[in-house]
Amino acid sequence: MAREDEDWRRLYEQDREPDIEDSQAGVIFYNDTVIEHFTNPCNVGEIDDADGFALIGDPSCGDQMKLWIKVEAGHIIDIKFKSFGCPGAIATSSMATTLAMGMHLDDARQLTDDDVVRALGGIPANKQHCSLMGISALQAAIRDYEQRIVQRP
Amino acid sequence: MNKRTTIYLDHNATTPLCPEAREAMLPFIDGLYGNPSSYHHVGRQARSAVEAARRTIAEIFGCSPAEAVFTAGGTEANNLALRGAAAALKDRGRHIITSAIEHHSVLKTAEALGRDGFDITFLPVDAQGVVAPQAAADAIRPDTILISVMHANNETGAVQPVEVIGGAARQRGIAFHTDAVQAFGKIPQGAVFEYADMVTVTAHKAYGPRGAGALLVRRGTPLVPLMTGGHHEQGLRPGTENVAAIGGFAAAAEQAVAKLASESARIAALRDRFEALLLQAISNIAINSRGAPRVPNTSNVCFAGIESESVLLHLDLLGICASAGSACTTGEPEPSHVLRALGLSSVQAQGAVRFSLGRATTVEQIDTVAAALAGIVKKLREVSSL
Ligand code: FES
Repeated sequence: MAREDEDWRRLYEQDREPDIEDSQAGVIFYNDTVIEHFTNPCNVGEIDDADGFALIGDPSCGDQMKLWIKVEAGHIIDIKFKSFGCPGAIATSSMATTLAMGMHLDDARQLTDDDVVRALGGIPANKQHCSLMGISALQAAIRDYEQRIVQRP
Repeated sequence: MNKRTTIYLDHNATTPLCPEAREAMLPFIDGLYGNPSSYHHVGRQARSAVEAARRTIAEIFGCSPAEAVFTAGGTEANNLALRGAAAALKDRGRHIITSAIEHHSVLKTAEALGRDGFDITFLPVDAQGVVAPQAAADAIRPDTILISVMHANNETGAVQPVEVIGGAARQRGIAFHTDAVQAFGKIPQGAVFEYADMVTVTAHKAYGPRGAGALLVRRGTPLVPLMTGGHHEQGLRPGTENVAAIGGFAAAAEQAVAKLASESARIAALRDRFEALLLQAISNIAINSRGAPRVPNTSNVCFAGIESESVLLHLDLLGICASAGSACTTGEPEPSHVLRALGLSSVQAQGAVRFSLGRATTVEQIDTVAAALAGIVKKLREVSSL
């Protein structure tokens, strides 16, 4: 019946014809950096003993993500995410967590979706909103961490 | 690195042009430039090509040539049917019945008529995506002027009981329209005017060119044109005919009918093999409308816990073309209105991918896509937060 796994994996190795460029229309498809972060996302997973956690949903499209951080001496020493989302959401979350990894909380709080999109080299116009998910989750996880500190006896 | 081979499983969006259609079109792209309305011989060459195409289409559907109105495609034909009949019949009543799973060119047109003072009933479907004929009969009122129910659904492939619904409409003297764009060339249709007054078909879903379609209008059906400006197409569709595309449409339609029996059996077997492979290799999937009568080429699969665009991009990177819901919905974040009408939650509907097979589909392609999907789904589920 079905062929062996390796058989279809070879298809990833094939040449891709470049999408037809239309300078007027702007970016209409994901660039190679975005596709790389989508096919091999960084920092996927969960942190069992996380210091901060957030669950974020995008009500417009129904996509969802979870993000965990581990904090030590004011720095994010580990960060992980999981996403039920489109390629844009997965790739931007991968980039957002990559940027935030190792950062001091003061710097991480300053990160915006623009930083993520810039680091990826752009994202199609109708996918801009997806880049908010990773950043909102990061900011919410930092707030969650801060609340836990305040509540600590 | 080697050159990408494309595996195209999106035939419900559009199909490649068959050689016969291409042959029929070439003379009218290259040399024969006449306007079919012109008096002289250059015009008459074009006129005779359009009329020959009209006879072919009429023969296929068992109607008279005067009953075939060429349009630019399915969307235009659906608009003409709904808006044209509503305008012609508005003094008799203002109630129109359609279904919740229609293509947007019917659904959005019905909604627009609703804003213009018509009263629209959207018939629900059962969990298999089929309209109950009884529900259609029960919805009929004294002021009902038009019923429009599609023949086969573009997303699920579910075939609707149009003969029964159309029969009930005719008994009550109500005009019945069916959007047969996805049924044409996939299931036998026979003499459509036995149950329908208007039928929409289009060339490019049946290996003809984009840019030509037809509304078949049974003699005596009240209909007013949407546009003014010419006598063309029995006065129902003004504008110089797209001669090459109309010729290609007729040639493709002839082929579609000639190949229907053998191709539908072959494609149904491939579709069944595809679904069996998926069910065997991937847990937590559901095949929508599997319990309904379906056109043979369509398989709509929900992959729990993952989002369809992510599946589509992985497939595309492998050279495989599929679609999430209908291609017309791309760019809209809302999940499919068809799958929602089947009772799926929006999260379930978000994981739906449509595979539509066609003439060039092979067993090897089906096996490759099934194996690829098993890998892709595993990968995406590892990332999923659900
Ligand atoms: S479409 Fe929802 S996050 Fe991209």
